[in-house]
Amino acid sequence: MNIWDAKYECMLREELEQLQLERLQATLNRVYKNVTFYRKMFDELEIVPENMQSLSGLVNIPFTSKENLRMNYPYGMFAVPLREVVRVHSSSGTTEKPVVVGYTRNDIKAWTNLVARVMTAAGVTRDDMVQITFSYGLYTGAFGFHYGAEAIGASVIPTGTGNTEKQIMIMQDYRTSVLISTPTYAITLAERMDRIGVDPKKLSLRVGLFGGEPLSEAMREEIESRLGITATDNYGLSEIIGPGVAGECEYRCGMHIFEDAFIPEIIDPKTGEQLSGGRVGELVLTTLKKEAFPMIRYRTGDMTSLEYGPCRCGRTMVRMNKTAGRSDDMLIIRGVNVFPSQIESVLAAIVGTAPHYQIVADRKDAHDLLEVHFEAAEGTFFDEMKRQKAFLEMVEKKIRSVIGVSAAVKLVAPNTIAKHEGKAGVVIDRRKT
Amino acid sequence: MLKIKNINTYYGKLHALRNVSLHVNAGEIVALIGSNGAGKTTILNTVSAVTPPENGEIHLDGMLISRLSTDAVVKLGVSQVPEGRQIFKPLSVEDNLELGAYLRCEAGERRKDIMKDKDAVYALFPRLGERHKQISGTLSGGEQQMLAIGRSLMAKPRLLLLDEPAMGLAPLLVQEIFRVIEELRRERGTSILLVEQNARVALKVADRGYVLETGKVILEETAAELLANKDVQRAYLGKDRKQIWER
Repeated sequence: MNIWDAKYECMLREELEQLQLERLQATLNRVYKNVTFYRKMFDELEIVPENMQSLSGLVNIPFTSKENLRMNYPYGMFAVPLREVVRVHSSSGTTEKPVVVGYTRNDIKAWTNLVARVMTAAGVTRDDMVQITFSYGLYTGAFGFHYGAEAIGASVIPTGTGNTEKQIMIMQDYRTSVLISTPTYAITLAERMDRIGVDPKKLSLRVGLFGGEPLSEAMREEIESRLGITATDNYGLSEIIGPGVAGECEYRCGMHIFEDAFIPEIIDPKTGEQLSGGRVGELVLTTLKKEAFPMIRYRTGDMTSLEYGPCRCGRTMVRMNKTAGRSDDMLIIRGVNVFPSQIESVLAAIVGTAPHYQIVADRKDAHDLLEVHFEAAEGTFFDEMKRQKAFLEMVEKKIRSVIGVSAAVKLVAPNTIAKHEGKAGVVIDRRKT
Repeated sequence: MLKIKNINTYYGKLHALRNVSLHVNAGEIVALIGSNGAGKTTILNTVSAVTPPENGEIHLDGMLISRLSTDAVVKLGVSQVPEGRQIFKPLSVEDNLELGAYLRCEAGERRKDIMKDKDAVYALFPRLGERHKQISGTLSGGEQQMLAIGRSLMAKPRLLLLDEPAMGLAPLLVQEIFRVIEELRRERGTSILLVEQNARVALKVADRGYVLETGKVILEETAAELLANKDVQRAYLGKDRKQIWER
């Protein structure tokens, strides 16, 4: 199997660490100079960025949280003037205040190169036809894979989302060999093929790369057996760069994080303490090459562990295991990040007081289902069925407009939802079992 | 080849280099970009132990050299071409070149080999060959620069530290000098750490570069990336001068 950027991907650890130190020092000097948020943070804690002497010194710098990014909405975290930014994307979380990220021309080039590494590791070559079924919009997925595929020299079919039967027709007629989609959509495609009598085995499809939501092993198996492809895993997030942070090689023993561009750490999400020795914790990333949107110790919220042992593929870059849930209570529903607090605020606005509610996430035939149960109270319960139905529809509509995915709202009898301290118990995620 | 980690260099109380880390791979041309007083020359002088670092490490092919004296560093294959050429002006071209091989002579190397290397310098810079008997102080600026580079080559360096080789030269001569720099890397595999005010020319031949500001590295990128970097363009390539962004 090919390696796109062997000079970096197969670097000796000693050389890599020198490069990381150089780039970390330069990044710290740069954010101190250009990003008010970081300058204030360093000044308050009397951290002198130029004194960073080793990679391990990174632990003395505070984390950057998603909350920090929201507070600096929209451009507060940019390290270059806007006129140097050639692209703006925003994170998939459809909250009122998303996270806005920017790219300079060099960032786009670096991003392209990183995604090309991921796709090459997945087995994509210049002979492939790559069908991208992500939305070409604020979401980073479509553009990232688009650039990566073009850099490799593959042919891109930018179908965008939706119109499943047309997607299948294109897949047949254009002889698509690589599918880029959410795992859920890959299964939707397989189901629709079944229904309209298309045999996936007769298609040219051979490789799939996924994004938007985690690819569970069960889903991977289902996608592989139903579509007859190799389903590969990769990792990325808009706040860091988009796709292109890490990708799986042919040995499928975790995703190689491109450490010349990012420093990964694992922390205990409760204490913030750095964890070593392959223990599971929250992934924290520092960017080393980003010009427009550098991030220092960004808390991804994703739980995983790192493996530094050698890999048979020849890459020397550390491997991260499949993400095992979120460190906060964020739910990923059909690829969209949903926070219980968003639903709570909608309900609170309607009820007027703190609502007693519960969020149930479930999966049926590989489709994510979201239900919101809340206790009936004065003003939410109507004797007339028609009015009741209209009321629930109104709530559903409001929730959908805020979180970006639909949820079924159900009214339950008062005092039937167990009371819990804090957030625990509010969310029941049946998909995990 | 060269690996620098966290060096701090002072001129008296002046903190000239603040935790600078950088590296040069074998056969690589690396440019140091920055305005006056950013610390570019100090890095070269620190590597060659002219102004040794207060702390930090400098490794040459894995060997710690930051505690060595200048002559020991030169013996290990590091030659510096200082800013302003600094040739021995009353001496002839030939004598200047031979002085460049001083340490080799002292080490008992055969004169025949040294003469062969002198011929190689003449092949590289034919104008020096034509003027080999001339008093070097009477050479033109470009020829003096050629001589300074030629003299440094006489020590058979593996790593060449070049300080402002294009300074004060006509564009045609700048081209000539940089042609030779590229040839040295290509033909001899010499690694080159290059300081140059003329960032555009430097980044054209360099593989990578570091941007320095007030003794700190603020950017490490490939030369192509640096050329495309707006900060670098504005500050060091003389672009957009009329539209400097107000932060």
